[in-house]
Amino acid sequence: MSIAIVDYGMGNLRSVEKGFLKVGVDARVVSTPTEVEDASGVVLPGVGAFRDCIRNLEELNLREAVIRGIRGGKPFLGICLGLQVLFTQSEEFGLCNGFDVFPGRVVRFPEDHTLKVPHMGWNTLSIKRRAPILEDVPDGASFYFVHSYYVVPDEPGITATTTDYGLRFTSMIWKDNVFATQFHPEKSQQMGLRVLKSFGQFVKKN
Amino acid sequence: MLAKRIIPCLDVKDGRVVKGISFVNLRDAGDPVDNALYYDEQGADELVFLDITASHEKRNIILDVVRKTAEEVFMPFTVGGGLKTPDDIRELLKAGCDKVSINTSAVKDPAFVQKGAERFGSQCIVVAIDAKRTVGGKGAPPEWAQYHPELLIPEGKETWELYIHGGRTPMGLDAIEWAKFMERLGAGEILLTSMDRDGRKDGYDIALTRTVSEAVTIPVIASGGAGTLEHLYEALSEGKADAVLAASIFHYREHSIREAKEFLRARGVPVRL
Repeated sequence: MSIAIVDYGMGNLRSVEKGFLKVGVDARVVSTPTEVEDASGVVLPGVGAFRDCIRNLEELNLREAVIRGIRGGKPFLGICLGLQVLFTQSEEFGLCNGFDVFPGRVVRFPEDHTLKVPHMGWNTLSIKRRAPILEDVPDGASFYFVHSYYVVPDEPGITATTTDYGLRFTSMIWKDNVFATQFHPEKSQQMGLRVLKSFGQFVKKN
Repeated sequence: MLAKRIIPCLDVKDGRVVKGISFVNLRDAGDPVDNALYYDEQGADELVFLDITASHEKRNIILDVVRKTAEEVFMPFTVGGGLKTPDDIRELLKAGCDKVSINTSAVKDPAFVQKGAERFGSQCIVVAIDAKRTVGGKGAPPEWAQYHPELLIPEGKETWELYIHGGRTPMGLDAIEWAKFMERLGAGEILLTSMDRDGRKDGYDIALTRTVSEAVTIPVIASGGAGTLEHLYEALSEGKADAVLAASIFHYREHSIREAKEFLRARGVPVRL
């Protein structure tokens, strides 16, 4: 069974799909709960607004399928919004509830921040825990980011990497079968493709 | 730490690169994907395709370019030129590009930027600003500007005037105020070109770059005038730009991207090597 890239009308799925293809991993764009349930791994990409993301997933009945997969131990990779929706609540456009898979909040870079928002461009990862999908990624490697909000997990133990942008934020989490990145592996050239490849290998082994 | 970005710009006409890499053994010097792959290997941080195809009826050609590029190149890229409707944006994003750059259509109808940002997210809406030094302004402001008097240029004021139609038409609007206005309407980034410097290779307009960069809180890409590596350094340091766009300096292999980054790093500018 292949990896399901969940299409819920947000963001650039084509790059994710082509990225997996490039490293020889079978991944397909899907948009029904059955296809998500049948997949051996799930990828939830997404850029845009948190609220639209949650709403679209609910309207397409994908929310439950994704959460069931995560709780059932299926390998999961969230990218950008796909990381943020795993948490309890986001501050974006007032408060909005997430999946609450992990307790924590999604907050905006502070207004008095002397740096530009969105945080856009290449920044480095400081690896705290070497998750299986970071197997071939050296500490300090650069990845592409574009976001105005970041996650603050209640359990700091799930943080796999941090990144410095005026303040130090969690740029990737990992717990058991769940990996989620604030950065975009599908836009991070060779280094990003390594992450996709390692996720593919993790799915095969599980 | 966030790296300053170096962004090569390729001009594309009818699906072919017309201002791109020269003196390099590309399989096909006019092929956008080959050009993009070359810069991908060189370590460019992003790419911009500027579509200068005149006819709106030929938009499917650029879509095809975007699709093919997205299959081979895994780095962020922006497409600009001739976007008129939200559907134009949607089609480009769906084809696989990450951002679109809007210039003339933003000035004709500022709500276009707002609609684009609301529907697709600010992160993918780049507003391209062509600016030229002026005293008091030359052009006649668009009709809607009466509701936004802060954008008008008072008589005798020294500033930069906003131009459209690839830098041919002055609009009577203050480019600095326009940048702030675009940020308010949801632009995620400003691509700022100095019409005084473009093509002259004697350096970016540092005062313009710095003024806009300090006026907005979104990232600013400096463009127009790069001739030496020193020019890139000036725009990123004194000019406070977040990224630099350059064409001929890289296309004609006067300098490689790597060389540029090493030069900048030695001067203390954070870059990705």
